[in-house]
Amino acid sequence: MNLESLYQDLILDHYKNPLNKKLAENPGISVHHVNPSCGDEVTLHLTGDRSELKSVTWDGVGCSISQASTSVMSDLVQGKSPAQAESILNSFMEMMQSKGGSQGDLELLGDGVAFSGVSKFPARIKCALLGWMALKDAMVQLDLI
Amino acid sequence: MPLDVSTIKADFPILQRKVRHDNPLIYLDSGATSQKPIQVIDAVSNFYKNHNSAVHRGAHLIAEEATDAYEGAREKVAKFIDGDPDEVIFTKSATESLNALAYSIGNAAKGSPFYLDENSEILVSELEHHANLIPWQELAKRTGAKLTWFEIDEDVRLDYSNIDQLINKKTKIIAITHQSNVSGAITDLPAIVERAKVVGALTILDACQSAPHMDISVKKLGIDFYAFSGHKAVGPTGIGILWGRTELLDQLPPFLYGGSMVTSVTMTGATFAKSPRKFEAGVPNMAGAVGLGVALDYLSDIGMENIHNHEIALTQYSLEKLAQVEGLTVIGPKNVEMRGAVLSFTVDGIHPHDLGQALDENGIAVRTGHHCAWPLMKKMKLVATTRASLYLYNDFTDVDHLITGIESAKKFFLKSGR
Ligand SMILES: Cc1ncc(COP(=O)(O)O)c(C=O)c1O
Repeated sequence: MNLESLYQDLILDHYKNPLNKKLAENPGISVHHVNPSCGDEVTLHLTGDRSELKSVTWDGVGCSISQASTSVMSDLVQGKSPAQAESILNSFMEMMQSKGGSQGDLELLGDGVAFSGVSKFPARIKCALLGWMALKDAMVQLDLI
Repeated sequence: MPLDVSTIKADFPILQRKVRHDNPLIYLDSGATSQKPIQVIDAVSNFYKNHNSAVHRGAHLIAEEATDAYEGAREKVAKFIDGDPDEVIFTKSATESLNALAYSIGNAAKGSPFYLDENSEILVSELEHHANLIPWQELAKRTGAKLTWFEIDEDVRLDYSNIDQLINKKTKIIAITHQSNVSGAITDLPAIVERAKVVGALTILDACQSAPHMDISVKKLGIDFYAFSGHKAVGPTGIGILWGRTELLDQLPPFLYGGSMVTSVTMTGATFAKSPRKFEAGVPNMAGAVGLGVALDYLSDIGMENIHNHEIALTQYSLEKLAQVEGLTVIGPKNVEMRGAVLSFTVDGIHPHDLGQALDENGIAVRTGHHCAWPLMKKMKLVATTRASLYLYNDFTDVDHLITGIESAKKFFLKSGR
């Protein structure tokens, strides 16, 4: 494992040019998640119903892993049904818990597989999951899962 | 006398090991915990191998030996801080020392010098580690006392400009850090202690970041209570110190009740032993205390003056080198005046967590995050910093490695097109 394989270009690109990083007004729900060990923060706005996650926008401060992962997540689940979003979420979490054993499901995760290397660094898994946990929380609060 | 760092390094087995990509370990995280010399590791192991037994109890030889070793360690601590052995209380950590003290104070009845109510104030500072902040927040809540605090200045030192208002007739407790674990700023204690004496407030010092690094006499400081952790002073984990002045410990109610801390017990009540036994209920961390005694001897043999001067020289060098790194901002005093070897910084465009990861790739261990001083970070409008903290086993080459590591992280994260 070296720095290049942990920080794939895709991660650094999303960090520099994040997607959907502008909170939409009047969301269905707004959640705020903090990683208490490092202070990284994500605010997530979600609007959606049982057929579709219509709008997933966010704002945050934190390391490249947490911010890029949130960016990729927001892009992946936008427009998906709650069930599809949940299976993407579960697939991402599985990859994160694989201790480097899983390359990730390219079909489900798309750009998200770039984070597979992160699972070898226990201290960074929480970074990669920050935005995803916010999404899960928002979907639960909207009663979508 | 300058330190012979290569000989010192050789005493620390962990500093011989290789880490990622077979890089030697460059340990710059002693502010979180220090490494242990073989002398301490052996002392702990020797205690378990040859003398392990419950102190102050058994009617047998090894119990006597264990008691001697444990009480001997107490004497070593007392000598190290220039206090009386009966004033030295073993705890599990500074966190426990400060919490136990806050609870003991909270147990004080009306009429006791420790009694707090709505008319009392507890003074802390924005520099505090959570361990010397939350116990006082909670004590304030329980007693109705008001929590007040020193703010910081642009150098991330305490701002003393309103000290006369902050330390007033209502101030009963001043709980303050001796040296910030974020900025490295050393507190101007004489100013605080002098004013505290005028109003009759108790002074409690969080010496986690100072006791391991400088020659300290609790008597000369004129403070009332003093807490530090053994593991930051080349000692084992799980052992900490609470020191207090005898007259105060005599009047302070205990917090933990149980075995060893009593003079007599009936079905309806108990009377309590004098300090330190009064505050050491239960079978204590004997091996930890013994290890700490040996750790403090190790430091004293090298000389706390020498260690301090070495760290000052390293800090001076680090500050000069860090100042030359473009985009790097040191969070804390920019000179070595009243400052210790804790160097927090930010680098434009690189989050501390990412920088820490990149340094780790080169075997360089630093701390990143809010350093358990979240209110301070918020005040400075920062999410996190990178922190290098130096100790007796670090040398100028270690600092050079840090600088090279930062430069290569910059190349990686800030390369054009990204
Ligand atoms: C200034 C300060 N106070 C208190 C503590 C708490 O020490 P411990 O975790 O050993 O109890 C620390 C440790 O990080 C510290 O740096």
